[in-house]
Amino acid sequence: MAGKFKEKATIVYQSRIAADIYSMWLQTERIAAQAVPGQFVSLYCNDASRLLPRPISICEINPRSGMLRLVYRVAGKGTEEFASMHPGDTLDILGPLGNGFPLDRAEGKRSMLIGGGIGLPPMVELCRQLPGEKTVVAGFRSERFLMEDFEALAARTAVATEDGSFGTKGTVLDAIREQGLEADIIYACGPTPMLRAVKEYAAEKGAECWLSMEERMGCGIGACLACVCQSKEIDGHSRVHNKRVCKEGPVFEAGEVEL
Amino acid sequence: MERLSTAVSLAGVELKNPVMTCSGTFGSGMEYGEFVDLNRLGAVVTKGVANVPWEGNPTPRITEVYGGILNAIGLQNPGLDLFCQRDIPFLKQYDTKIVVNVCGRTVRDYCEAVERLGEQPVDLLEINISCPNVKHGGIAFGQDPAAAEEITREIKKYAKQPVIVKLSPNVTDIAQMAQAVEAAGADAVSLINTITGMKIDIHRRRFALANKTGGMSGPAVKPIAVRMVYQVAQAVNIPVVGMGGIATAEDALEFILAGATAVAVGTANFYNPRATEEVAQGIEDYMRQYHVSDIRELIGAVESL
Repeated sequence: MAGKFKEKATIVYQSRIAADIYSMWLQTERIAAQAVPGQFVSLYCNDASRLLPRPISICEINPRSGMLRLVYRVAGKGTEEFASMHPGDTLDILGPLGNGFPLDRAEGKRSMLIGGGIGLPPMVELCRQLPGEKTVVAGFRSERFLMEDFEALAARTAVATEDGSFGTKGTVLDAIREQGLEADIIYACGPTPMLRAVKEYAAEKGAECWLSMEERMGCGIGACLACVCQSKEIDGHSRVHNKRVCKEGPVFEAGEVEL
Repeated sequence: MERLSTAVSLAGVELKNPVMTCSGTFGSGMEYGEFVDLNRLGAVVTKGVANVPWEGNPTPRITEVYGGILNAIGLQNPGLDLFCQRDIPFLKQYDTKIVVNVCGRTVRDYCEAVERLGEQPVDLLEINISCPNVKHGGIAFGQDPAAAEEITREIKKYAKQPVIVKLSPNVTDIAQMAQAVEAAGADAVSLINTITGMKIDIHRRRFALANKTGGMSGPAVKPIAVRMVYQVAQAVNIPVVGMGGIATAEDALEFILAGATAVAVGTANFYNPRATEEVAQGIEDYMRQYHVSDIRELIGAVESL
């Protein structure tokens, strides 16, 4: 079984790629060697008044150079601290965490990768490693990011913006319908209303569907039971209907979770 | 090198060292076994378990405050059936003592759980009468000396293992609470459980936790916890397990000097999964540095200025 590691990672490169969105490359040998698409890492703040690790999805994995790319949104003091860091600075990191996307399910199929806002980054490494024909559908409020990465990796890309400044005006579902996109299997990550709509759409089309969930986390390794989501099946840990996003997830088959 | 004796006796149970885990922060040790050698711990205190599974509270269940966290998990747990089948056998593989934290909604729930645990290879019981995050049971028994005394007396009728009663800091006089459970036959007390708190997200104008209130823990609560451990240790003759913001050996030693026989590491596990083992190691380093051959010399050894 693959292990989890706590390492001191060194920032190799960091840039701001959109308003409040940062892209960071980290040197973190053991984690980069083990990570798979859809997993996440916990970043710890250097400011000791901020205790909880910040769970951040993995955007790209380069095991050969021992590096991970993280793309994150500045949402508070902790992520502000990360954004202020420079190459050569170090931070504590724990990972790889969570289960990741099932890749072999896409073999010989047309897959659709749907990302909304800061749910988009994990789709980059997924797009690189997923077999078969891939379409990426990205939703933004307004400003786009990561699209050049997807254009290099996917057969087709589609964009929706809430303000209509680019692509389809509206949601990722509006873009899918407007462009008549189809798929046999769907992978999605984004805000809960988007996941709910994607789940409904997949059910209507009879497509297999995998969702990456988000919840406020504590330990990140399955001990504290803070980040549970409602599951259809009785969970293995507590025999109720609460699966741990950090442990059984973050990726769930859509039918398994109540949104 | 000098021989160090780190062993302490907690209600007749010998711990190889005074380092334990705080209930609810360490599961039953499975997840942390990847990061620490559980054999290095004096005892593992499990997450609270009830006679039947509990679902816990809606999410969000956790948030951060300055130097601490607030949680309102609501004692989600698998119930005793699965716990006895899975968690106890897991812990039995290690050379550490097993302390099972017991929760309930009614006195009868607690007694049933305690009675069933009597047949299990468990070393000690910790009775949670201080969880601030559940509507029934929990803290309801832990804020009134008469109620605490009564539930302790009932539980002692059914308990085969020594009973530690976990006390709430959300009271006017914690020493009085400790004396009440001591009078009812408690074999030890542990403190502090979390301090009730609240956080509001001003941008969304909502509570940070679905439960509105949560229990505060972490380094910010440590001075309160040290003070309460000192007060309780002065007031009772049973051993005290000290906890509240312990992240390092230095923190743990403050509690021991204040009168704690054993200490527990909680919230620190969330930001340093190796914290428990580092505390155990750091206590030994301190003993060498100050030529303390037996840790028991340090218990309650704080002196007035």
